[in-house]
Amino acid sequence: MTERVPILQIGNVLLVSIQTDLDDQSVMLLQDELAAEVVETGAHGVVIDITAVDIVDSFVGRMLATIASISRLLDAQTVVVGMRPAVAITLVELGLSLGGVRTALSLDKGLRLLERARAESLEEPEPDAAAGPGADGVGPDAAAGL
Amino acid sequence: MNGASSASQTLEITANAGVVQARQRVRALAQQCRFSLVEQTKLITAASELARNTLIHGGGGTMTGGLVEERGRRGVRLVFDDRGPGIPDVDLALTDGWTSGAGMGLGLSGSKRLVDEFLLETVPGQGTTVTVTKWAR
Repeated sequence: MTERVPILQIGNVLLVSIQTDLDDQSVMLLQDELAAEVVETGAHGVVIDITAVDIVDSFVGRMLATIASISRLLDAQTVVVGMRPAVAITLVELGLSLGGVRTALSLDKGLRLLERARAESLEEPEPDAAAGPGADGVGPDAAAGL
Repeated sequence: MNGASSASQTLEITANAGVVQARQRVRALAQQCRFSLVEQTKLITAASELARNTLIHGGGGTMTGGLVEERGRRGVRLVFDDRGPGIPDVDLALTDGWTSGAGMGLGLSGSKRLVDEFLLETVPGQGTTVTVTKWAR
């Protein structure tokens, strides 16, 4: 019995709020649908609200990290919002620190974080594209000094 | 009632829905045992990992769970049992990051950290039984 999590669009942001205890198949379905929606809508941001989620195991943790990586490749930023303290404590003890996943404490903060990230990326004229591969780690200061 | 579990119930884990049911059953047990929110979350997360192992690596099996009382302590004990291929190298399987499948390799090692007692019995070709206990603080 696969459950479908609704994906809402607010401006340039896709919002997913997980409200039920999803089985693994539903988690995979959400991952695939989100990737398709990012491309279809041209969204710049994805917010995953886990306020109502009382456990995040390694499977769901991996899904969050994978969504963040996939959307980054598709030119969108992901923010996970509303993680409960007990979930954070358990994730760290489990061994999953979700290093590549941006988080914010609330939906409001998450949306503002996405806005700021988008504004910053638009201000800078695509440093990656200009410098080409291998230029990672060269900050704006270093570049200005050349 | 020394070490005996009261009214243990057995749940079949033969599909993805079984993993969800295992989480719900363990949540009820943890609440019955008056675990703190953090202790509840840790136990349910460990159960979720172990139930998934039973399904994916064991080819399905059962979870038997109940409350236990030992030396004045109260806790929840869960037994995950399968008749799958067993684990050839237990030490390796308990290493962080080692995975035989598509997972992150945190199922066994991670769930071990989330409980107070962890016993793994496995016979290659015959199956695996993991028994975990968490005590109320």
